[in-house]
Amino acid sequence: MKRMPWHIAVFLAPAVLLYSVFSALPLLDTLRLGFFTSNDAGQTSFVGLANYITILTDPAWSESFWNAMWNNCKFFLIHLLIQNPIGLILATLLSLKGLKGARHYRTLIFLPTLLSVVIIGFIWQLILSPLWGVSEGLMDKVGLVDYFAPWLGEEGSALITLALISVWQFVGIPMMLIYAALLAVPEDIVEAAHVEGASAWRIFWEIKLPLILPTLGLVTILTYVGNFNAFDLIYSVKGAIAGPNYSTDILGTLFYRTFFGYQSQIGSPTMGAAVATLMFLVILAGVGAYFYFVQRKLTRYEL
Amino acid sequence: MHNTLYKASVRAAITAALLAGSAAQAGTITIESWRVDDKTLWEDVLIPAFQKKNPGIQVKFTPTAPTEYDSSLTARLAGGTAGDLITCRPFDKSLDLFKKGQLEKLDGKPGMEYFPPSAKVAWQSDDGKNTYCMPMASVMHGFFYNKKIFKDLNLKEPKTQAEFFATLEALKKAGKTPIALGTADQWESNQIVFTSIGANAWKGEEGRKALIAGKAKFTDPQFVAAWEQMAKWGPYMGKGASAQTYADSQNLFAMGKAGIYPAGSWDIAYFNQQGLDFGAFPPPVAKAGDKCYISDHTDIGMGINPKAKNKAEAYKFLAWLGSQEFADLYTNKVTGFFSLSNHLISVKDPVAKQMLDWRKSCGSTIRLNAQIMNRGEPAMENELWNVSSQVLNGKMAPKDAAAKIQTGFAKWHKPQQK
Repeated sequence: MKRMPWHIAVFLAPAVLLYSVFSALPLLDTLRLGFFTSNDAGQTSFVGLANYITILTDPAWSESFWNAMWNNCKFFLIHLLIQNPIGLILATLLSLKGLKGARHYRTLIFLPTLLSVVIIGFIWQLILSPLWGVSEGLMDKVGLVDYFAPWLGEEGSALITLALISVWQFVGIPMMLIYAALLAVPEDIVEAAHVEGASAWRIFWEIKLPLILPTLGLVTILTYVGNFNAFDLIYSVKGAIAGPNYSTDILGTLFYRTFFGYQSQIGSPTMGAAVATLMFLVILAGVGAYFYFVQRKLTRYEL
Repeated sequence: MHNTLYKASVRAAITAALLAGSAAQAGTITIESWRVDDKTLWEDVLIPAFQKKNPGIQVKFTPTAPTEYDSSLTARLAGGTAGDLITCRPFDKSLDLFKKGQLEKLDGKPGMEYFPPSAKVAWQSDDGKNTYCMPMASVMHGFFYNKKIFKDLNLKEPKTQAEFFATLEALKKAGKTPIALGTADQWESNQIVFTSIGANAWKGEEGRKALIAGKAKFTDPQFVAAWEQMAKWGPYMGKGASAQTYADSQNLFAMGKAGIYPAGSWDIAYFNQQGLDFGAFPPPVAKAGDKCYISDHTDIGMGINPKAKNKAEAYKFLAWLGSQEFADLYTNKVTGFFSLSNHLISVKDPVAKQMLDWRKSCGSTIRLNAQIMNRGEPAMENELWNVSSQVLNGKMAPKDAAAKIQTGFAKWHKPQQK
């Protein structure tokens, strides 16, 4: 008889333990808590789906939920359409042979991702401030001063501005991931294409891009998960009531207000758990759809 | 890809655990507070004064940032790691804690006898039978003005609204920002502007009580009038006011670039530090000779955690908070917070004294929505921040603002549903 492979259990234990205690159990408990309600004395009782029905049908709740959801979608689309293409372009440029100072660029572009979001929020608030900021002066120098506006204070532009700040901060991550994938593209294939007379443009579109598609998919799904969990930049710049007129409210800030409360609004852990569960379901649905429709169809080339 | 909420909450939990660890020392009492700005004052003035009378008791003042105070306190109280003494927000936030058994009942405890009933209302159950925090201080609202600018332009403290707008016009002509106010942080729009200038329109307590009793509605002219005044402020608030934060407004006024600053009395200390020469005037009345009303808001109280590790010492500290000595130190050192006790205190700061004197001629009222009205869903305070900011920015008509607040209020407040 073969001996039990105890060593496997031993090696797995730390990760399984940590993951269950700090991730899986809290998640399950959140799902559970969403089915309860609490009274003034802080006691909880089971109410089934009532919290979800309130969030989705009571106008006072559903309006803010769908508003946050729609804002969150916009927030994600801006990242998807601006951050990731820029990341791809930067990575491609960096991987060009003979680019001088590539390392410096790489470090500089990656640097903001290391800074705290609170600092990023503070710095950009100062840069864009109509009172003391440098942006108006800079726009004046190039004759664009008429287009300057208090972007962070206007309903129409606040969310876009915040999304772009976030893009500025995090563009280094897709860049690095794609850069690593590009470096893994074998030299001999590229050289063979050169010899065959393919242009750099054609090499990129027909050789490099198909080879890094799995990485682009990964970047997309990471962006999706990150954006639908996002919270801190909005909170540090606009506070938890995400003004003006909730135009920057996303699921994370909605969750914060509901769970912890804000100013006179008294927090409700059970309602908060319901919002968190909805966030979880949105992310799960997105990731599920990605795996079903995209990941399965991606061709991986054995090189 | 982002720092997620999850990470933030882990960080909060670790901080809470660390704070709890440091509080476990024997004989040390810990004070929870949101007054980060007063930390040095507590450590250098108030705590040593207490220790002189009560040697051997160690006191630690551990404030959390105001916006995070309520949530982190709730978490620590629930987790049993909160400090011995809890600084109380007025009305529902603290009432909520009391109902959960997280604040001790304080009726008849030493020190409580020095406070008039009106001061205790903010920390009592609705029937007035249980008091759970000792009143510490109130704050007042009005306007500060730059004395030098006013003198140069030959302007006087405006008494009526017509004079007020004439003053704003004159300031604008002289190239100054007339009002240092922005709406990026939103709260000032309600707490410093709406509930301050509005008190004159709804006759202070009379209007506030009528709303609670269901005898008046936000859509009545006396309430819409406050927003109508605010709608006229827009052109005087300066460029880019929609992205201007509270700190921006403070700086603008401290640097002498703005003539008038809608203020809470707690700002006195800050502008004194900046060396600014300024005075104060109460919200202007509609026409000369009208009775004036001021927002005189019971803001800070102190309660005791039922699970306090050193409860006897905590009660000793509370008794000292009721004393003449504390009232005097707090009023004169933490300029702009006015003691609520009935000890006689001479106020030394000229602006603080000026504001305190308004109590003699004007009717006092607390912030409009502070009592009962913040209780339901949707949260009225947050809604008021939002609509008042929009009215100031010219994005919402005063009557629409009133209708929105009234609809939300009537949704849960029974007397308003008739």
